[in-house]
Amino acid sequence: MKILVCISHVPDTTSKINFTDDDTKFDTQGVQFVINPNDEFGLTRAMWFKEKQGASIDVINVGNSSSEPTLRKALAIGADKAIRINSEPLDGFFVAKQIAEYVQTNSYDLIIAGRESIDYNGAMVPGLVAGLLKMNYVTNCTKLEIDNGKAKMDREIDGGKETLSCSLPLIIGGQKGLVEESDLRIPNMRGIMQARQKPLEVLEAFEFSSNTNTIKFYKPEPKQAVKLVSADNLDELINLLHKEAKVL
Amino acid sequence: MSVLTYIESSNGKIKKNGFELASYSCELAKSLNTDVVALTINAEDVNELSSYGIKKIIKVNNESLNKFSASSFADIISKVADNTSSSHIVLCSSLDSKYLAPLLAADINAAYVNNVIGLPTNLEPFTVKRSAFTNKAFSDSSVSSEKIIIGLSNNSFGLVESSVSTEIEELDFEVQNSNLTVDSSEKVSGQISIADADIVVSAGRGMKGPENWNLIEDLADTLGAATACSKPVSDMGWRPHSEHVGQTGKPVATNLYIAIGISGAIQHLAGINSSKIKVVINNDPEAPFFKAADYGVVGDAFDVVPRLNEKLKEFKAQNS
Ligand SMILES: Cc1cc2nc3c(=O)[nH]c(=O)nc-3n(C[C@H](O)[C@H](O)[C@H](O)COP(=O)(O)OP(=O)(O)OC[C@H]3O[C@@H](n4cnc5c(N)ncnc54)[C@H](O)[C@@H]3O)c2cc1C
Ligand SMILES: Nc1ncnc2c1ncn2[C@@H]1O[C@H](COP(=O)(O)O)[C@@H](O)[C@H]1O
Repeated sequence: MKILVCISHVPDTTSKINFTDDDTKFDTQGVQFVINPNDEFGLTRAMWFKEKQGASIDVINVGNSSSEPTLRKALAIGADKAIRINSEPLDGFFVAKQIAEYVQTNSYDLIIAGRESIDYNGAMVPGLVAGLLKMNYVTNCTKLEIDNGKAKMDREIDGGKETLSCSLPLIIGGQKGLVEESDLRIPNMRGIMQARQKPLEVLEAFEFSSNTNTIKFYKPEPKQAVKLVSADNLDELINLLHKEAKVL
Repeated sequence: MSVLTYIESSNGKIKKNGFELASYSCELAKSLNTDVVALTINAEDVNELSSYGIKKIIKVNNESLNKFSASSFADIISKVADNTSSSHIVLCSSLDSKYLAPLLAADINAAYVNNVIGLPTNLEPFTVKRSAFTNKAFSDSSVSSEKIIIGLSNNSFGLVESSVSTEIEELDFEVQNSNLTVDSSEKVSGQISIADADIVVSAGRGMKGPENWNLIEDLADTLGAATACSKPVSDMGWRPHSEHVGQTGKPVATNLYIAIGISGAIQHLAGINSSKIKVVINNDPEAPFFKAADYGVVGDAFDVVPRLNEKLKEFKAQNS
C-alpha cells in the first residue's frame, strides 16, 4: 500500500501570536514550528500500517525551505520519502491544487491529512483535494482500518459518531483517536541519523493563483478584567448573567 | 446572482443554527442588493424560516438522503446554486457542513472562507472578518473569485427577526451512487450536544473523580445546557471523549461557558475562546482561567456548584 501523508508546518500551540509587515504577515520570530498535531496522529497511524501490514509512506508539504526541519522530523519518525513543493502556501485552495496535481502523476492508495491546521484553521485542504480528484473522502476521522483494499472508518459527528466504509483510494482528514497521544513517537537518535540519508525531493510549484488574500491580521481587544463575585453572594452572579451579560 | 444558504435539519426539524444562518444570509443579500434562497434537505416543516426573512425555500426530500453523505449533499447544493445562479453560498459550521464545504468549493470552483464572524466589511473586493489561530487572532480576508462559500461561525451573528411570506418549491434530484457508505451511526440521545447548546457546563480535574459529575449534570439540567470536560478528564475515562473540548477536542462557541475546576491551560482556552460569556469557578485565585473569564467565583466547587444550582432553580421558577 502506498500512503501519502500531508504535513502542514505550524507554530507550536503555546506560541505567542504576533504580526509584521503592517499586520499582513504572521511573525515567525522566536516561534517554534511543529508538525500539525492532526497530521502527527495521521503519520503515526501510517507507521502502524507500515509496520503491521506493509506500506510505504511519503510525506508532502507545500512550503518554503523553512519547513524542511519539519519534513526531516517526519522522516525521523519513519516516513520513507519527503516531497516539498517549493512555494509559500498562499491559501488552502492553492495548497490543495498543488497536492492534487502531484497525486495525479504519483498515485497513492491512501492519503492522510489532518482535519485542520491549527494555524489558519482552514479545514479545507483534504476536502478540496478529494473534490478535485473525485476521491472518497472522510474527515474528522477518529479510526481507520484497512483490510483487502477496503477501508473502515469512524467519523466524529455532532453529538456522536458514525461508522463508514469504502474502497481505496481514499483521503481522510484525521484527528485524535486515529491513534492515542501515548502512541505518538519521539524520533530517536537512530531515526534522526537515518532521516539524513532519506530522500527529500524539492519540486517547483505548479502555476496556480490563490483565491483569497489576507489583508490584515489583528488581535482581539484586550479583555476587561474578570468580575469576581463572592462565593457567598451567588445571587449577584445570577443577576449579572441575567441583567448585564443577558445570557440567562 | 443570489445568495444561497443550506439550512440543516435533524429528524425533519430545522436545526436551531438555521435561524442564525437565515438571518445572516438575508442581511448579506441586502448588502449585495439581491435575494436569498434557502435550501433544505429532508426537512418537513420549514415554516419557521419565514420569521427570519426567507422568502424562497427549495425543499429537497428524498429517502436516500436520510443518511448524511457529504458528496451527495455537496452535489445537490452545487446543482441548486447553478439553477438559482447563486454566487454566494452560506453554510453553518456544524461538522457536516464543514465536511461538505470544500467538496462543494472544488466542484463549483469557489473560494471557501470559514470561521467568518460577520457581514462583509467591503464588497470590492469582497472582504470578511474571520477568526484564526484558534481564536487567538482575527484576519480580514479578501476573496478574488466570483463564487464564494462562506462558513459562518456558530453564534457569531445572532438572530434578526423579520416576518415575510415564503414561497416553497419542492425539487427532487437523483442521488449519485457512491461506494462510500455509512454503516451505522450512534448519537447520544436525550442530551443536548455541545454543538447545538446555548450554554455549556464544563468541568475539569478539580472535580476529583467521575462519581462527582452528578453536580455538573444537575447544573446543566437546570440550565438546559450541554456538559463538557477538559482533556485529562476524558483521557482518564471519567467522561466520554465526545465531551472533550479544546484545541485537540471540540470547539465551543456558545453564549455561556461555565468552567468548573478547570485551570485554563492555553490549549483548553483555544477551543472555547469564541464563547461569548465565560464564567469560572475555581478554588485557586491564581488559576489562569480567571484572566480569560468574564465572571469568576473563587471557591470550592463542591460548595459553590450545588448552591448555585439551587439558586438558579429559584431564578428559573420566577422567570418562566
Ligand atoms: C498538544 C496539547 C494539546 C492539548 N489539548 C487540550 C485540549 O484540547 N483541551 C484541554 O482541556 N486540554 C488540552 N491539553 C491539556 C492542557 O494543557 C491542560 O493540561 C488541561 O487542560 C488541564 O486540565 P484541567 O484544567 O482539568 O486540570 P488541572 O490543570 O489539573 O486543573 C484543575 C483545576 O481545578 C482546580 N480545583 C481543584 N480542586 C478544586 C475544587 N475543589 N473546586 C474548584 N476548583 C478546584 C485547580 O485549582 C485547578 O485550576 C493539551 C495539551 C497539549 C500539550
Ligand atoms: N502547506 C501544506 N502542505 C501540505 N499539507 C497541508 C498544507 N496545509 C494543510 N495541509 C494538510 O491539510 C490539512 C488541513 O489543513 P487546513 O485545510 O489548512 O486546515 C492539514 O492537517 C494537512 O494535512
